[in-house]
Amino acid sequence: MTPYVVLSSILFTIGCVGVLTRRNAIVVFMCVELMLNASNLALVAFSKQHGDLDGQVMAFFVMVVAAAEVVVGLAIIMTIFRTRRSASVDDASLLKY
Amino acid sequence: MFVLAEGTTPLVDPTSADGVFSLLWLVIALPLLGALILLAGGPLAKGRLDRSGHLIGATLPVVSFVLSLVMFLTLLGRDAGDRQVDQHLYTWFEAGGLHVGADLLYDPLSALFLLLITGVGSLIHIYSIGYMAHDPRRTRFFGQLNLFVAAMLTLVLANNYLGVFLGWEGVGLASYLLIGFWQHKHSAASAAKKAFLVNRVGDIGFSLAIGLCFTTFGTTDFSTISANADRASEGTMTALGLLLLLAACGKSAQVPLQSWLLDAMEGPTPVSALIHAATMVTAGVYLVVRSNFVFDYAPHARTVVIIVATVTLLWGAIIGCAKDDIKKVLAGSTMSQIGYMMLGAGLGVAGYPFAIFHLLTHGFFKANMFLGAGSVMHGMDDDVDMRHYGALSKAMPVTFLTFAMGFLAIIGFPGFSGFWSKDKIIEVALTQNWFVGVLAMLGAGVTGFYMSRLMFMTFFTKQRWADDVHPHESPSVMTVPLIVLAALSVLGGLMLAGNWIVDWLEPVTGTFAHESPPLPAILISLIVVVVVAVGVVVAWYLVQQREVPREAPQDVSFATRAARAELYGNEINDGLVVRPGARLVTGLTLFDEHGVDGVVEGTVIGVGGSGAVLRLTQTGFVRSYALSLLAGALIVVVALLAVNLA
Repeated sequence: MTPYVVLSSILFTIGCVGVLTRRNAIVVFMCVELMLNASNLALVAFSKQHGDLDGQVMAFFVMVVAAAEVVVGLAIIMTIFRTRRSASVDDASLLKY
Repeated sequence: MFVLAEGTTPLVDPTSADGVFSLLWLVIALPLLGALILLAGGPLAKGRLDRSGHLIGATLPVVSFVLSLVMFLTLLGRDAGDRQVDQHLYTWFEAGGLHVGADLLYDPLSALFLLLITGVGSLIHIYSIGYMAHDPRRTRFFGQLNLFVAAMLTLVLANNYLGVFLGWEGVGLASYLLIGFWQHKHSAASAAKKAFLVNRVGDIGFSLAIGLCFTTFGTTDFSTISANADRASEGTMTALGLLLLLAACGKSAQVPLQSWLLDAMEGPTPVSALIHAATMVTAGVYLVVRSNFVFDYAPHARTVVIIVATVTLLWGAIIGCAKDDIKKVLAGSTMSQIGYMMLGAGLGVAGYPFAIFHLLTHGFFKANMFLGAGSVMHGMDDDVDMRHYGALSKAMPVTFLTFAMGFLAIIGFPGFSGFWSKDKIIEVALTQNWFVGVLAMLGAGVTGFYMSRLMFMTFFTKQRWADDVHPHESPSVMTVPLIVLAALSVLGGLMLAGNWIVDWLEPVTGTFAHESPPLPAILISLIVVVVVAVGVVVAWYLVQQREVPREAPQDVSFATRAARAELYGNEINDGLVVRPGARLVTGLTLFDEHGVDGVVEGTVIGVGGSGAVLRLTQTGFVRSYALSLLAGALIVVVALLAVNLA
């Protein structure tokens, strides 16, 4: 049990740090997926421990949402790249004071 | 036979109107119709009414007078216990428990008022045909006169306080219109405004009194209130009496609401006659006498009425002594004479009939003298300064003779109407309180002085008018009303013959145990006559025996200056009301500008400033937003853990 939770924590931390530190939008995006999958892993692990299917069902929902998110998110990143010739998230800072 | 226990207040318990009394509403409706035709139709007819408007305006009150006379004679034929008639026209309005009908009450009191208002009013209308002959807005003038008469008739015929209030406000409106009739004169416009505003103060008292009536009795009908008056607490009745007195002070120009009356002389002279003799200022006296069922149970309120009346009767008389404007002298005398009536009304059951008696005789002689003054002004090119008159008795014999009758009546020359009426009030006052009685006697002496001064300066002494002024007698349309009124001034005292007026008003005012005055009545009359004679002689010595300067001397004593300034009534109002009011407004404006606006603008600045600081957090860096998301999530997790573990 513990290794699953530890792995999930490590993956989530990696994803979190990646989102906060990396500039490339694709990498940031991947890190977000990493965090989602870390939480999926935790859900499935706890589901197994408790012996009911709630956590697994929840994990499916997360996957569906993540898939939809990828569709929209990649489309946005593509558009930004086409207009700015850059995939850096720091460059897209029009909405500032 | 109508018998009432002594000292009890008679109930207002009328029978339904039938026969000639079913035409009661017409008495009001006719002048109202005239007002409607002339005021609304005049502009619509585009000048086509100009040649006949004044005839319509003068005829309708005369018809009302004839109707009043017929009804009066019918009432005279009835038993004393059967002399209250009411007519229910329709339900005026109903709201919750309040039911107000358009009801008229015809009883001995309103019968006398009807005769006075329509009779003297008609004479003033007829006189105005001549007086206003050259005024281009004569049609409108007659329309407003008719409105005035109709409002006053509503006031005295209404059977509940709300109806009286309707007439009361109508009188206020009509007086405003008429005082300011020559609105192109700034002084007339502001005098009208002043009369209106001062009357509003009294109206506050009236409206509060109506409210108090409703909460106490559940109605404003006279009959219900008079039937339940003995059950209300004395405190309530005193409050009601004082509120009604405040109302009466406004309309009747009693101290402290007297300041509008002298300024009201800006109106055309017939208006002054109408205000002072037949309508308006008599309304306050009417209100007090009509509310006898209130004042009989409120002795303290009556005491205040007596104080106000005594102060006013001296105040008005003193003003009359120093004014050079003939109309203002007469206005001061009106104040003083209304003070006598109020005094009579304040003296209670014993005084009510004499208050009304003096009101009627005063209506005759004051209308006579005001119209006479108008006739003098007519002949003197509208000059009102008595210092420019002198020796007019030869130039205007009819005016002089009729005016002299009014003069003899007002100073109380034995046999003339004023002698009987004023004497009776002084006698009752002496019986109840010798101090007030002596002051009233003193007032009679001062009356003798200032009226003689007016008489001497106008009709005797040497001629002081310029050579290009040609005094002439007025046309007969003006002198005939003067002659009628002069005859009434002489003969008005007949109403006291056989104590008629006391018996006549008994169903309204009640009976009283006759207390004998401290001195024999004949001796009191004698003393009054002597006091008046002293006043006349002083005037003769100071005015007739000396040269009257054409310009008023300026190096005069303080007393004269105070009297010329109307005893600083305006300054007192200024100091007590106007200036503190102005200061209050200035203070409130400052509070609004700096206090309220400060809070509003401070909020704006605060929000704007914090916005300027907070927007700096919007850096545009997605990663810093993500960091704050993380921080928020961590805080939530920590909080959850803390709650679960604790």
